[in-house]
Amino acid sequence: MHDLYNFVRGPLAWTAFFIFIAGSLYRIIKMFIMVKKKESFIFTFWSWKYSLRSIMHWLIPFGTVNMRKHPFMTIVTFTFHICLIIVPLFLFSHNLLWDESWNISCWSIPDPVADIMTIILVLCTIFFLVRRLKEPEVRFLSTASDYFLLAIVALPFLTGFIAYHQWSSYQFWLILHIVTGEIMLMAIPFTRLSHMLFAPFTRGYTGSEFGGVCHSRDW
Amino acid sequence: MPECAVNDEQAKILDEGIEKGGAKLDNKQIEETIKSVLDNETGERLKIYVDTCVHCGLCSDACHHFLSMGRDPKYSPAGKVKRTLGEIFKKKGKVSPEFIKSASIIASTECNLCRRCSMYCPFGIDVAYMMKVVRRICHKLGVTALYIQDTAHSHSVTMNQMWVKEDEWVDTLQWQEEDAQAELPKLRIPIEKEGAEIMYSVIAPEPKFLAQLIYQAAIIMNTAKIDWTMPATPGWDNSDMAMYTGDFEIMGRLKRSHFDTAARLKVKKIVMGECGHAFRSVYDVGNRWLGWKMPPVPIIHAIEFYYDLLKAGKIKIPEKFKKSVTLHDPCNVIRGRGLADKARYVVNELCDNFIEMHPNREHNYCCNAGGGVINCGPPFKNKRMVSNKVKADQLIATGAEVLLSPCHNCHSGLEDILHHYKINMEIKFISDIIYEVMEKSA
Repeated sequence: MHDLYNFVRGPLAWTAFFIFIAGSLYRIIKMFIMVKKKESFIFTFWSWKYSLRSIMHWLIPFGTVNMRKHPFMTIVTFTFHICLIIVPLFLFSHNLLWDESWNISCWSIPDPVADIMTIILVLCTIFFLVRRLKEPEVRFLSTASDYFLLAIVALPFLTGFIAYHQWSSYQFWLILHIVTGEIMLMAIPFTRLSHMLFAPFTRGYTGSEFGGVCHSRDW
Repeated sequence: MPECAVNDEQAKILDEGIEKGGAKLDNKQIEETIKSVLDNETGERLKIYVDTCVHCGLCSDACHHFLSMGRDPKYSPAGKVKRTLGEIFKKKGKVSPEFIKSASIIASTECNLCRRCSMYCPFGIDVAYMMKVVRRICHKLGVTALYIQDTAHSHSVTMNQMWVKEDEWVDTLQWQEEDAQAELPKLRIPIEKEGAEIMYSVIAPEPKFLAQLIYQAAIIMNTAKIDWTMPATPGWDNSDMAMYTGDFEIMGRLKRSHFDTAARLKVKKIVMGECGHAFRSVYDVGNRWLGWKMPPVPIIHAIEFYYDLLKAGKIKIPEKFKKSVTLHDPCNVIRGRGLADKARYVVNELCDNFIEMHPNREHNYCCNAGGGVINCGPPFKNKRMVSNKVKADQLIATGAEVLLSPCHNCHSGLEDILHHYKINMEIKFISDIIYEVMEKSA
């Protein structure tokens, strides 16, 4: 068990971070190279002003007509993404690891808050799952990978929660937590989770076209 | 999901162009054509759109097809991508002739390329672009609906949409000039006037069966004392159904001939009649194909032209139009050019009683005629009516007596909607109202 822990905490962690960072860079650089090669007009029409205008509207809760049409979904989506980013980055025990490994000390959120945010995040993924199963227009689009991705996102939080509360074998859950977290990181560049990388570009380009050429709003 | 998602409504529709085109296909040709389009004509954008879509279904509420067909998920924007490009990617281009026939129907008659869904997708994915890729593949395979293909043929042969011959065109202008001279004796429709400030261009249905619109334009131009001209040569037609069939080579020829004509006449700008798709072609799509970021000759849609005339007091309105009116915002000039405020200014200057329909402006529901859908012709008409019930409901809710539609496609499509749903509403172009209420002189 201890060897396994050392492995997931050591080489596997390095591999995961490497794949996440290098993979993300690869996808973004490839995007730029390919756009330059085959669709360079996108650079011609790209406008920072209108990209940012569009991105800002879509980053503000209820900032768009469609968000107002689906208020519950809007609340859940924003809550989910906020928890998804804040908890892993600012969890006290993660910060200890940053500190131990690289001597980086960072502000952290109190553990009870992280606990609540974790529960909320898991509830959000359950909502997404139910929505995927129940709403005909979402179900029609869903593939096995969509359900799989929900699991990939929820598991690190669920296992982390169980490990933290030490309900049963701490080390088992901790290892599972680390492994699932690493799977999530590695999945980002190569699955639909890559919307994390591409959303600013797709939104920005549409914003540029709507604002710069069409003189209209896209929210 | 079965490969060929033919539904009940589609199964009943037999389009000769699609059937005969499909019958000639073999699997190898399909695979090669798809590969050639995807490899040579698309790039990272398409791949990223496909990869970034998280299948959330939030685009659904944007689509009038989805909303009108009892929220059938097949008709949501992402649903249509799944049924067409999704399958093509999944099968790596190894799809059957039956699939191509079905994909042609989906991309050309179940999507109007109105781009409303780009405003509802959190990532701004351009589904209209993806449907255009499908249309391009179908075009290259020769599987396009008969009626719109005939229009593209006409473009190719005559440089106009309706097989109008050169002498018929000039004859129509002179006929309208003579008729209008009965009203304003000094009125002229200046043909081929080099160095005029404005070249006025129209779509071919105007000389073909809506010649009164040229008459009205002449009255407006003469009253406002505009230095204008109309060309006598091919290039007078600004319309472009080739853009919608995916025949971009013909589109390029059309736009070149239009811009060349304006350049030959040395005009300062082109003013175009109340047409939306033609505006999109000249202002946004065709110019890009020719390598111009923006049109090489400034181009002004009728709404903006009327706005300028009214704002400058060049036409006077002694008494406004009395009946209650509502305004349909056409996608290609509102979402495509941001003319919502100018359209409202014009309507309020002309009419006493303007009632907004909801949703409106960029969020207006599509007419379901644009994007070449009405041009696919009679085989698809009933489907076109059923799949825009939401528009009928929206129109009825205004309670207005007159519906203004400053776009030819919208106009024809909405006229069909009014008849089909027995809505007691008159439909007019803005120029109909201007002609009716303006002070005329020459």
